[in-house]
Amino acid sequence: MIIKQISVFVENKSGRLAQITKVLADNNVDIRALSLADTTKFGILRFIVNEPERAEKVLRDADLTVSITDVIAVSVEDQPGGLSRPLRILDEKGINVEYIYAFVGAPHDKAFVILRVDDNEKAVKELQACGIPLLCTKDITKI
Amino acid sequence: MATINYWQKEIETMKRSELEALQLERLKYIVKYCYERVPFYQKRFDSIGLKPEDIKSFQDVEKIPFTTKDDIRDNYPFGLFAVPQKQIVRMHASSGTTGKPTVVGYTRNDLDTWSDLVARLCVAAGATDEDIAQISFGYGLFTGALGLHYGLEKLGASIVPASSGNTEKQVMLLKDFGATVLVATPSYALHIGEVARDMGYTPDDLKLRLGLFGSEGCTEEMRSAVEESLGIFATDNYGMSELIGPGVSGDCEFRTGMHIAEDHFYPEIVDRNTLKPLGEGEIGELVITTLTKEGFPLLRYRTKDITKINYTPDCPCGRTGARMAKIMGRSDDMFKIKGVNVFPSQIESVLVTTPHIGPQYQLILTRTGFMDNIEVVVEVVDGSLLERYAELEKLENSIRHRLQTVLGLDCKITLKEPRSIERTAGKAKRVVDLRNKGTI
Ligand SMILES: [Zn+2]
Repeated sequence: MIIKQISVFVENKSGRLAQITKVLADNNVDIRALSLADTTKFGILRFIVNEPERAEKVLRDADLTVSITDVIAVSVEDQPGGLSRPLRILDEKGINVEYIYAFVGAPHDKAFVILRVDDNEKAVKELQACGIPLLCTKDITKI
Repeated sequence: MATINYWQKEIETMKRSELEALQLERLKYIVKYCYERVPFYQKRFDSIGLKPEDIKSFQDVEKIPFTTKDDIRDNYPFGLFAVPQKQIVRMHASSGTTGKPTVVGYTRNDLDTWSDLVARLCVAAGATDEDIAQISFGYGLFTGALGLHYGLEKLGASIVPASSGNTEKQVMLLKDFGATVLVATPSYALHIGEVARDMGYTPDDLKLRLGLFGSEGCTEEMRSAVEESLGIFATDNYGMSELIGPGVSGDCEFRTGMHIAEDHFYPEIVDRNTLKPLGEGEIGELVITTLTKEGFPLLRYRTKDITKINYTPDCPCGRTGARMAKIMGRSDDMFKIKGVNVFPSQIESVLVTTPHIGPQYQLILTRTGFMDNIEVVVEVVDGSLLERYAELEKLENSIRHRLQTVLGLDCKITLKEPRSIERTAGKAKRVVDLRNKGTI
């Protein structure tokens, strides 16, 4: 239920995002979800991809600073308030959410959301106990 | 500890009293030699009523006017040569960043002296005739490559004249030829280390054991970074084309300071501003008089390099030559920002010991209105910081704070991607001063 996320350090230069996604595309790595958090100074680009280990290697080979971390992905109803339930559960159980971003290309009635939490194991257990559907790596490749 | 090797033991371990007697004799000779053979010196001496005979002791040296890089340029190309052109068998020039280069000429004896001086520093650093030495300095007018080349050749090492550039090929040669000694600038050596790692090699895959570094300043911290990167023992040596090229001084294996070849060079340390001679151990600008050069002798040449000298002959290697500290900076490199004098080496010491960033850096000076700004550009190389913005901000703040402590200046820190700072095969360009370019 835990999936791999790639993070890349980027300078705040226009066009950098396109270059980096091209590196992945040229190596047949598909991006499933993407988030660019940036400040005026620099950015951190985060990806969920079909082949995280290969993505890490090709990005490193392109001289980028890269890390792989564990995150979880939940499926929520694509309607107002859909995300609030899992967030409330995590909050009640004392699990901190560092950041959230959504998948691209999900079926139209579903929304998939990536959650970076401070305790993955516990989050998975608590969300599952409340019947929140979680995605595994295999689900990701199918999207 | 194995026995200590020398190249010219008698001179290198000479009693200081004897060495000083030899120096004084040569000093008097070279002053007269310059006066009689180079109109530039004759005019200078005559204009202040100084005669060569007035130089009788080391104290009298102070009476001799300084010679500067501008003097060499003003006499471009051969105006300061002391022998007819027929006796000059080699020329070198230092690249002038502005205007004409400074040209130097060597007689056959000069070349012979030079290769001995370089052989001395190579042996002192630990090189032997068993070594394979790759020279990754650019060959050409620059004295670094050919200086080390002929010195190592005289010593009997096997030389790989790789020159600079094409770093992957450099690594391939290092690996395939089994080089044990690397000659390069410290920043290029670091880059070779990076590329070797990219190519999948660890220091164990290379036979390199010794680095002979020169041509640019190198802090202790930078030296450790190079040692770690290539798995070598790194030594510094010092020289400049005007003086002879490499060979003026160099580290022995104890690295207690670079032993100066005082039988060929008379060093002084002067105050940067007043130009008055300073006492032993005081920090100031290095001034050198060449004692034996025939083709291009120099009297009291201002090197612009900042260092200090220790004359106590107590180095465990047994060499008695005075030892100069690593170059702390060049008067030329020193920049003034918000009224504070800054040497890039001060900033380098902070950066090289900061975790998570690479050892390459650049300092960008700009001006907004009447305000100077300094931007310190570094490369983030550690992916573990990418989990939280706060970690990157913490890194920025810690660099800023440490620089504030060392320099008393507020620097803007810019984190960049790896390899975004330009790598050069020669001297690294550390300072980019944009303050007089297109400012409002
Ligand atoms: Zn020594």
